[in-house]
Amino acid sequence: MSAEVVVNVPVQARLLEKRRESPDTFTLTLESPPSISGGKFFFAPGQFNMLGVPGLGEVPISISGDPANPKKLVHTVRAVGNITEAITATHPGACLTVRGPFGAGWPVDQTRTGSKEIIVVAGGVGLPPLRPAIYHFLANPALYPVVTLLYGARNPLDLVFKRELEQWTKRSRMRVEITVDRAGSSGWLGRVGVVTNLIGQVKFNPDRVTALVCGPEIMLRYTLMELEKRGVGPANIYVSMERNMQCGTRFCGHCQWGPYFICKDGPVFRYDHIKDWFSLQEI
Amino acid sequence: MFEEILVRHPFFHQLNPDQLREIALHCEQLNYETGEYIFKEGKKADRFFLVLHGQVALEIHDPGRGPLIIQTLCDEDLMGWSWLFSPNRWHFDARAVKPTRLLAIEGSWLHEQIEADPKLGYLFMSRVAQIMFDRLQATRLQLMDIYSKEPAQPMRGRKL
Repeated sequence: MSAEVVVNVPVQARLLEKRRESPDTFTLTLESPPSISGGKFFFAPGQFNMLGVPGLGEVPISISGDPANPKKLVHTVRAVGNITEAITATHPGACLTVRGPFGAGWPVDQTRTGSKEIIVVAGGVGLPPLRPAIYHFLANPALYPVVTLLYGARNPLDLVFKRELEQWTKRSRMRVEITVDRAGSSGWLGRVGVVTNLIGQVKFNPDRVTALVCGPEIMLRYTLMELEKRGVGPANIYVSMERNMQCGTRFCGHCQWGPYFICKDGPVFRYDHIKDWFSLQEI
Repeated sequence: MFEEILVRHPFFHQLNPDQLREIALHCEQLNYETGEYIFKEGKKADRFFLVLHGQVALEIHDPGRGPLIIQTLCDEDLMGWSWLFSPNRWHFDARAVKPTRLLAIEGSWLHEQIEADPKLGYLFMSRVAQIMFDRLQATRLQLMDIYSKEPAQPMRGRKL
């Protein structure tokens, strides 16, 4: 698999399909730009692209598609600011700009030789950056025989990939546990409570497990505490960090975090490599 | 049979066989169908529950909106400590949202035991405190509303 990286000059990619995941989150399927590797956009699970609207700007968005299907470039975007609102307002047929893929992804190669159990912990729109890794784990049962997904969202409406979650729950070999912080009067019959509660409720062998965690930073901190409480070593935990990323190539320095640049050294880090920096508020 | 359940549950680790046998004599197994209430807000709290199987929703009823689920409890969770504290009334409704099997321990009897035996009382209360601590932390996390676009920041703008 040879990956061509579009570093400094954005290329245009046509929007093929837009699907609403929640009131403010959309999954956008772009046609892989024909100029890149013959229309195949190779990436590693956990990597991100700078996605943009011509004339407005660009933002870092994790790739949420299947790495085994490089002809389609899939991102899941939550409209939280001017650029993401413009991106999610784009209609199929129009073009967005793409630069990437950037950064270090999830340890799908390292885990092959090591652990036999995978636990994926996602909070809110932390699930899309993990979905490519989940696809990879599910496609390779011999390498990853035991996979568990723990997913928490604000409320039932904000759950992303609802149809796929149902399929994974009913028809995949992955154990899926979902919880929401607030059920309100929605008629939700699933679990209510924070995602960290789920960690105490699943059985795994802390010496054999590799944990992949993505979500808001406060959720990450509590999740890491819970995993450590269950005996999972920091070298077996991977987290995806988020900062203000602009260039994607560690030149601009916006995303510097201690000795690291999130855009290049991350966004996925092994926890023991960043443990000393994790709780520092000054950086 | 109840003794085996108690032995396996982490809440009862370190209790000696005599204590476990005695507690088991004051247990009963209860089964609930989906939608059935286990207890209701304001009613006398006289039992301590272990969820053996299923799922229970702790709810509060709002006249305008119906039942609002605060938290769900499932396999191996403990439920109900209002029997320990005055006025010994349930603060929420508990409803089975799936077919549920519970182990119920007689609260007034247990209360007498932990008052009479300080060592057992300390062990019991420290376990209950750990669960309360975990649930308090989880509630704080819920209150922060971390997934919203603008997470709750009660101190925002305040000069300290």
